[in-house]
Amino acid sequence: MAGSMEIPAKGGFNFDLCRRNAMLEKNGLKMPGFRKTGTTIVGLVFRDGVVLGADTRATEGPIVADKNCEKIHFMAPNIYCCGAGTAADTEAVTDMVSSQLQLHRYATSRESRVVTALTLLKTHLFNYQGHVSAALVLGGVDVTGPHLHTVYPHGSTDTLPFATMGSGSLAAMSVFESRYKEGLTRGEGIQLVADAICAGIFNDLGSGSNVDVCVITKGKTEYLRTHQEPNPRTYASSKGFSFAKGHTEVLSTKIRQLKLKPEVTEGDAMEEE
Amino acid sequence: IFEYNGSAVVAMVGKNCFAIASDRRLGVQLQTVATDFQRVFEIHPKLYIGLSGLASDAQTLYQRLVFKHKLYQLREERDMKPETFASLVSAMLYEKRFGPYFCQPIIAGLGQDDVPFICTMDCIGAKELAKDFVVSGTASESLYGACESMYKPNMEPDELFETISQALLSSVDRDCLSGWGGYVLVVTPTEVTERVLKGRMD
Repeated sequence: MAGSMEIPAKGGFNFDLCRRNAMLEKNGLKMPGFRKTGTTIVGLVFRDGVVLGADTRATEGPIVADKNCEKIHFMAPNIYCCGAGTAADTEAVTDMVSSQLQLHRYATSRESRVVTALTLLKTHLFNYQGHVSAALVLGGVDVTGPHLHTVYPHGSTDTLPFATMGSGSLAAMSVFESRYKEGLTRGEGIQLVADAICAGIFNDLGSGSNVDVCVITKGKTEYLRTHQEPNPRTYASSKGFSFAKGHTEVLSTKIRQLKLKPEVTEGDAMEEE
Repeated sequence: IFEYNGSAVVAMVGKNCFAIASDRRLGVQLQTVATDFQRVFEIHPKLYIGLSGLASDAQTLYQRLVFKHKLYQLREERDMKPETFASLVSAMLYEKRFGPYFCQPIIAGLGQDDVPFICTMDCIGAKELAKDFVVSGTASESLYGACESMYKPNMEPDELFETISQALLSSVDRDCLSGWGGYVLVVTPTEVTERVLKGRMD
């Protein structure tokens, strides 16, 4: 690389390899596929707050890469965000805005507001003109009340009482449209969200595995990881495979003992003279 | 471009131990250039990284990671925990979001209290933590299938070695671009065992 190898990172993206990658692509080599979340994510506002839901399948093309990944990301103690789209983008964007919100909380000594997170997310995504492919459902409860927003990869946002995103969004939206009403109770809200995610899991190929639910109310947040497991594994054989020791042919073996590192104990601090 | 050099890397968790294995072929598309190529690198005695994909990016990434880890060791006077290292790798890969390294890392290590930790990421740093096994490389589809059926939780180191070797060898047999032997590392809190496997050389 030109110049010094490791200048301390200024943050943001580094475009050093773009020219080389363009040259490789021109010589006929395919760009790698990124892991997508191929998801169903939903949110709805109920009487006392917001319920967010997501499935847990991460896909890499047609293969399931992760059967139980977490798509509901922490933003602030009272704000959570579900992410669909390219997995790395949703994780990076939510982590970044979560850190910015924490710094903001330290600076203002106040609980974060949902619109703050929303504005940070939409300006970042708009700056990259949709190339950061993250579609988010942002929900939380702050001093002004419960809020639910959707953020699209190009930076547009909607404020809605119920929302769905991801490849399974149509399946989930059909459940919401038929059964949503104002003033749902907590139990009804969780049930509706779980049913919507299940609709996505069973009808959309890009969504699957378990249902994660997050309930946010004033002063309390409950993250119900694996709230439902509608797809238990049915095919595991009870005996399983077992290979006798020495079954595999080995050409050479090298065993190295791990030495315990000497402990560095704190000495007395030097006297300040 | 992941199919330029060919690779297969897999890691599995056992009882207080983990195993990481890779194939040993280095090819240029369909021609084999080396049969002793190293894909699993040590960062410190309890932390290993396996890099599949483009070989030159794998080696560059390894060198940059060792550099960063050495600086960390100097500043903090201790080794990096696997979870921290995984975040470091993820951040380095995401930095190149629009011009990525063509590499899929697998990170395996013993963390606090020697609890085994494995994770994999795609080439732009989307971390995927797993409790059982992780795979990457051109043979990944067969590896998913083999590991899914052969894996059992809480295996002892010897049984873990047999299982991961069988999964690796059977999967690379179904992939033209990887194979030519195998290299398996089994790490327990007290010792590290490296074994070179005999495989089909085709």
